[in-house]
Amino acid sequence: MTLSRIFKRLEGPQTMGKGPLFWTAFAVVLAIALAYPLFADGYDVGNNIYFLNWTFMALGLSIIWGYGGSLSFGQTAFFGVAGYSYGILTINFGTAYGLGVVAVLMAIAIAALFAAILGYFLFFGRISGIFLGIVTLSVTLALERFMAQTAGPQWTVGSARLNGFNGMSGMPPLTLPWFGGDIVLYPDIGLYYLVLGLLVIIYLGLRILVNSKFGNVLVAVRENPERAEMLGYDIRKYQLGGFVIGAALAGLSGALYTSWGQYITPSSMGITSAALPIIWVAVGGRSDITATLIGTLIVLSGFQALTIYGSQYALVVMGLLLVCTVLLAPKGLVANAGILLGSLFNRKNGSA
Amino acid sequence: MAMLETHNLNKHFGGLHVTADVSFTLEAGKIHCLIGPNGAGKSTFFRLLLGEHQPSSGKIMFDGVDITRLKPFQRINQGMSVKFQVPGIFSALSVRQNLEIALQRRLEGAELDAEVERLLDFLQLKDVASQLAGNLSHGLKQWLEIGMAISLKPKLLLLDEPTAGMSPEETHMTGEIVKQLNAEGMTVLAVEHDMAFVRQVAHRVSVLHFGRIFAEGTFAEIVADERVAAIYLGQSHD
Repeated sequence: MTLSRIFKRLEGPQTMGKGPLFWTAFAVVLAIALAYPLFADGYDVGNNIYFLNWTFMALGLSIIWGYGGSLSFGQTAFFGVAGYSYGILTINFGTAYGLGVVAVLMAIAIAALFAAILGYFLFFGRISGIFLGIVTLSVTLALERFMAQTAGPQWTVGSARLNGFNGMSGMPPLTLPWFGGDIVLYPDIGLYYLVLGLLVIIYLGLRILVNSKFGNVLVAVRENPERAEMLGYDIRKYQLGGFVIGAALAGLSGALYTSWGQYITPSSMGITSAALPIIWVAVGGRSDITATLIGTLIVLSGFQALTIYGSQYALVVMGLLLVCTVLLAPKGLVANAGILLGSLFNRKNGSA
Repeated sequence: MAMLETHNLNKHFGGLHVTADVSFTLEAGKIHCLIGPNGAGKSTFFRLLLGEHQPSSGKIMFDGVDITRLKPFQRINQGMSVKFQVPGIFSALSVRQNLEIALQRRLEGAELDAEVERLLDFLQLKDVASQLAGNLSHGLKQWLEIGMAISLKPKLLLLDEPTAGMSPEETHMTGEIVKQLNAEGMTVLAVEHDMAFVRQVAHRVSVLHFGRIFAEGTFAEIVADERVAAIYLGQSHD
């Protein structure tokens, strides 16, 4: 396939937004995001990386659930596995000579491998629907329980103490090898640009993926698994493929989050944490990565603002938001707004 | 030459023998219809052919290959294709996309685009190409699914009550579609209730009753067979 044919897949039936207008808006938003650190304090910029860190996990869930049709509560498990892996690797081997980057890649690979093994038994065992949700939630909670009981001094991996429910800390921040010496990325403007760059690459890459042949089959399996199989597709492989890609993205979130905060706790895999990505993705619009991305950033910021006033109420509001979305706009609020915008423009063009 | 053969095919659920010793031959290039009263085992036999059920015993040969133990998608890749009774389409996707997903099995690029247009024309779906498949009328959904099934260029097309829920005009049109596909070289096996359709298309008819092949012949022979009339009227036989 030629390069031009690949770029043509940036637009397609599986993604909202096409044409000059959409890409202009995309460029404007990106320009604002790029210019933001010029006008803001480095400390604030560093803090706000927090929001970007989660978007990868949400995009992954959009692939698994929104496109593939498999509701999974496993994203936080993969997030945690990658986070702990990053901690264990960097505490033991350090981050010099590019080992920091290797640790991130290893952490993602470990999460993806874990997903591949779990997913193999799920999809090749023909577990689907609500049962997939139950099994993935159980795995996530079992991991949380396991990590929470590792407080004793006997729970160490090399020189890394797992530290149970207190959480693991003291891992070095993300470090890039460079010619003049390593660049250590503390939560500041440098890290912001790195994470933003990753987000842009992955967002565009996923647009191409979901509009590719693979993406076509993924949505076909969501719409009608029997028909997809009777077109000769081994649907288990596609389900597993989507699941592993989504898990790897959750792993990226986990590794970035852990290196950003230099801290990871078992509660990042608890029932609350496992439910939140479902809410971000559902409220935004799970079947579209653009809607998922915008929705996740909005819901996360709203949640953060509410948490400042009272953390328990914030969760209640999140639950309410999910119920309202499911009842009033099952496709997602951002997705519905997008469809509305699209039809408005079509009407204008039609009358002109 | 036989396109499809079953040898002593049995399927029982517990003590219930739904398919009993069915030895059935489908000649290549023919349109063969399988009829029978409700509960005769037609659907089970169909699912055995597709691999959605595993036979309790017996063998299925397809174009010289033993497919008895193959999974459904592997059988499709051997050159079978199927149209279900309830239209199996991708409701939330456009008609065009439905066809593209089927066609991308064997084509890509400009060839794929050209074939999509040809099928839209052939099945009279051109006007609704960009509509969501779920919004089509029942008859159009049936044709769309036929379109998806033939996108694979199968050697054998399996149709499960292709005209269920269709008006007489739509039924006739479906019959013409099937005859044209057959003229292009496709072997067809249809499970069907609608006798007008069977009369229109069938080269050969098999009657399934209590899980057994009860009678077989041309449409005229089957219609003339008093025993067949008797089972359709619900009388007992022995």
